[in-house]
Amino acid sequence: MSGAVWTRERRWLLAPAAALLLLVVAFPIARLLALSLCRTELSHGIVLRFAGFEQHARLWQDGRWWLALRNTLVFGVCSVTAELTLGTAFALLLDRSFRGRRWARAIVMVPWVLPSAVMALAWAWIFNDSFGVLNDLLSRMGLVRGPVAWLGSPVTAMAAMIVADVWKTTPFVALVVLAGLQSIPSSVIEAARVEGATSARILWHVVLPLVRPACLVALAFRGLQAMGAFDVPYVMTGGGPGGSTETISLYAYRSFYRYLDFGYGAAIAVQGALLAALVLLPIIRFARRPGGSR
Amino acid sequence: MRRARAASRIAPKLRARTARSLAVLAGALVVAWSLAPAIWQILTALKPTDQIAHVPTVYLPHPLTWDHVAALWTRKPFGRYLANSAWVSAWATVLCLAAGALAAAAVARAPGRARAALLIALLVISLFPPILLLFPLYEMVRALGWINHPIALIVPYAALNLPLAVWVLEAGFREIPAELDDAAQLEGCPTLTRLWRIHLPLAAPSLATAGMLVFIFSWNELMLALTFMTRDGSKTVTAGIASVGGASLYEIPWGQLSAAIVIATLPLLALILLFEGRITSGLTRGAVSE
Repeated sequence: MSGAVWTRERRWLLAPAAALLLLVVAFPIARLLALSLCRTELSHGIVLRFAGFEQHARLWQDGRWWLALRNTLVFGVCSVTAELTLGTAFALLLDRSFRGRRWARAIVMVPWVLPSAVMALAWAWIFNDSFGVLNDLLSRMGLVRGPVAWLGSPVTAMAAMIVADVWKTTPFVALVVLAGLQSIPSSVIEAARVEGATSARILWHVVLPLVRPACLVALAFRGLQAMGAFDVPYVMTGGGPGGSTETISLYAYRSFYRYLDFGYGAAIAVQGALLAALVLLPIIRFARRPGGSR
Repeated sequence: MRRARAASRIAPKLRARTARSLAVLAGALVVAWSLAPAIWQILTALKPTDQIAHVPTVYLPHPLTWDHVAALWTRKPFGRYLANSAWVSAWATVLCLAAGALAAAAVARAPGRARAALLIALLVISLFPPILLLFPLYEMVRALGWINHPIALIVPYAALNLPLAVWVLEAGFREIPAELDDAAQLEGCPTLTRLWRIHLPLAAPSLATAGMLVFIFSWNELMLALTFMTRDGSKTVTAGIASVGGASLYEIPWGQLSAAIVIATLPLLALILLFEGRITSGLTRGAVSE
């Protein structure tokens, strides 16, 4: 066992990383939990008083919290569903061999590395009501009459945000699923073909069950990220119109910095994270269950 | 009769050909979808102002103008934004790789169960939504007097990307034969020297992959940059551009903004187009090896 070589130093090698994570992750989370149990009093400067679960209880009566929760779930479910479908399709396409595949792969990854804050603005420009290119294209095709104020009404603003998010993160899903596809031994597919299965049946009964674990990994990552969505709503819609695209993270951010209601902002962030964990648990259990493919 | 038989002989070839051309068509669509928003920004950035705000839309700029690009440097501290982003991201990458390499070396040689536990713990940490950390970090940064100082972003960026760096580096270190390590140990080579002389050179591709990813993610971060950098001259490029967007969408000088968007994303575009294979294989090796 060569593992013994490192035993003594192991603790010290982990120390810098542990220190960084304690400082930037562990300590702030402990502090946030404590904050969520406090009330802010602004009478003599900013004073924090212990208030038990008062802030968490406030959430029940706060219509804006429920709206933010609904928005986050709609955004998360719609965009992650679209990303998984599109991402798997992209991966299946990129797994085939064709001329220029190397370039196609590089180009497909482009949206994922571009900053979402900046590209959300680019999308806002595309969806712009008076000069946006989308309205122009649609009216040339005769699909709309007169300009549509995409970011001006609740449903279309949410849809625009989902499009921007799908554009940005589909490559990530494609990347993970592609890795799954490439780990399938070609002998499995050959065997199915020799048995006389058609391509469609191979895809449905052999390939897709085998990439299910990769899809679940992508689902878990994307689901959690979507539950914490901040950049796209902040930049593209600012949560508007009328709070119809405000996400949990954006509401928490505003409670901290606009309303200086620190305890309440902390409670929003904590509850949002708990709900996200709740969403993730069934996915993990599902991933652990042996699939029907085996 | 004969024609039918001929058709059945041709059919598979024909089907293969249609399948291939369908794949090419789908590939072209995917490429177009991935690039269209970026290309549209480039076109907008090079268009004279009266053509930007024109109905119906003018698609190709005529004549091309560099006015918007030039205005960025004269009217906004855009050069500062870029320099701040580069400085912060570079130091965050260095710090993250240093701490990450040490940790990855330990994890790679840990016995199976401890190794799995450490990797899972890192994964869980990387899944926390950043809004949980924002306000307490802000309090800390303010208490330390780091508001508007690059270190306020360097340390959190290094820490937040640490799990990813350890995952990628650990997969690289695992491929180095343990015998090599043991032999060096027997020769009396101290741990840090072994890491520097054996691990890092042999796992150079993983190091490059991890470095590029950490740099990209640091460059792209918005939430912390927006709150910790309050002075215009300290802002990173994402925060600088995003704070324009927060204003009324009607007053935005779209030409300049598009130029800013294009310039802020060009370095990343170059990275991904040049090193795509390395980035994706490094990432997925870390993921698939489990």
